[in-house]
Amino acid sequence: MAEHRLTTPLTNDDIKNLKIGDSVLLTGTIYMARDAAHKRMVELLEANQPLPVDLRGDIIFYAGPCPPQPGQIIGPVAPTTAYRMDPYAPAMYEYGVKGTIGKGPRRESVKEACQQYKAVSFAAIGGLSTILSRRITAVELVAYEDLGPEAIRRLEVEDFPLLVAYDSYGQDLYEQEIPKYENYHKNSDKGVVL
Amino acid sequence: MRIIQAKEITEAVAKLCWEACYYLPEDVVAGFQRAEKTEASPIGKSILQQLLVNANEAKVNHMPYCHDTGMAVVFMEIGQDVHITGGDFMECVQEGVRTGYRDGFLRKSVVGDPLVRVNTDDNTPAVVHTEIVAGDQIKITVLPKGGGSENMSAMKFLLPGEGAEGVKNFVLQTIKEAGGKACPPVVVGVGIGGSFDKVTSLAKHAVLREIGVHHPEPHIAELENELLEAINNTGIGPQGLGGTSTALWVPIETFACHITALPVAVNIQCHAARKKTIEI
Ligand code: SF4
Repeated sequence: MAEHRLTTPLTNDDIKNLKIGDSVLLTGTIYMARDAAHKRMVELLEANQPLPVDLRGDIIFYAGPCPPQPGQIIGPVAPTTAYRMDPYAPAMYEYGVKGTIGKGPRRESVKEACQQYKAVSFAAIGGLSTILSRRITAVELVAYEDLGPEAIRRLEVEDFPLLVAYDSYGQDLYEQEIPKYENYHKNSDKGVVL
Repeated sequence: MRIIQAKEITEAVAKLCWEACYYLPEDVVAGFQRAEKTEASPIGKSILQQLLVNANEAKVNHMPYCHDTGMAVVFMEIGQDVHITGGDFMECVQEGVRTGYRDGFLRKSVVGDPLVRVNTDDNTPAVVHTEIVAGDQIKITVLPKGGGSENMSAMKFLLPGEGAEGVKNFVLQTIKEAGGKACPPVVVGVGIGGSFDKVTSLAKHAVLREIGVHHPEPHIAELENELLEAINNTGIGPQGLGGTSTALWVPIETFACHITALPVAVNIQCHAARKKTIEI
């Protein structure tokens, strides 16, 4: 469970070095997009049309923020549930997206896509919204303005805290960790777990 | 008889909306603290520590703890000796939600028609539960309910013979299916009994109970304990990334039911277990 400080864009070597459970402090550019924007983008990809922003080699953050208070550039924000983007994710990885940031476990097809296209799926902490919004230094609306909080925004982040949940080797952090703590107390009472 | 102006209700609801979103209740913070001490997973422990920092940052900066400030669920217990004047009751509650979400810089997360799905841009309508009770006061509670955990809630009619064991299995199955998607550590509101509509309402009301307070019936309190232990033995842990703190509490509410039925409902409340009450 290594710790990495990485800057975007992630290189193929960066991806190779990332293993599930590794923590990453990410600095650079990421793109915020969620349900409605994904629906539109995947329709474009299916029709062989270009996307409104070039996301090849980039990282998508599945999220929709609160409105900013006076003096803020963005309101509180943290990842939304990743599995809702699972129907679209393989197509996005195939297109060239190198990483996604969400919360919660994902489908087999996403795991397989990460392995096939040498990409990763990160977990950030759901609901850690006050903290995460303070790691965002710039925000720019870049596409689908009509979608309001679901529009695509380009973010500059500094030391954005992530965990590698699915790596490019087909490994799954959720699947690895949960069994370790199943019946933990019962087992530790019996001395099975130290 | 006591006269209450509709405007007073609007103002109270508005304030409850943002206060609930900014200031995580103390029983929940205390729940995180207890969980952080006992959590066996290093990842889980670190998540709980970060949630505690997040709660504090939200509080001191008067900012939403979680960006999904939810659909507002408003519970109104109206004293039978109250007379509301100066406006339409339902509209004054909705106006409170509208004002609260706008002035509190909360996210507008409601679409008007569930199939056409266009954002109403003011987070209304809120879901409003009303109950007529004794007295001359109005007790208002606002529960901003995020989508992640609400989506993982479930209801089922068991066979009466399945009893407490059947209830336990259904609750556990629901929690396992939710896994990390419901943002654990969660509060698991359980309703048992009543009818199709009543049982889900029981589960939702259960979520409002303070963490650490048991059901008054000893056999239900016992079931609460058993379920809490079983859920924390699933291994799901904080954010579903493994650990021993999957649930902070499992409050159960019960009601009488038909001889043929044993309805059970599970309303999952994520770690953003926001709720705020006022009496006017
Ligand atoms: S499930 Fe709860 S904590 Fe998680 S993102 Fe939704 S509202 Fe926030």
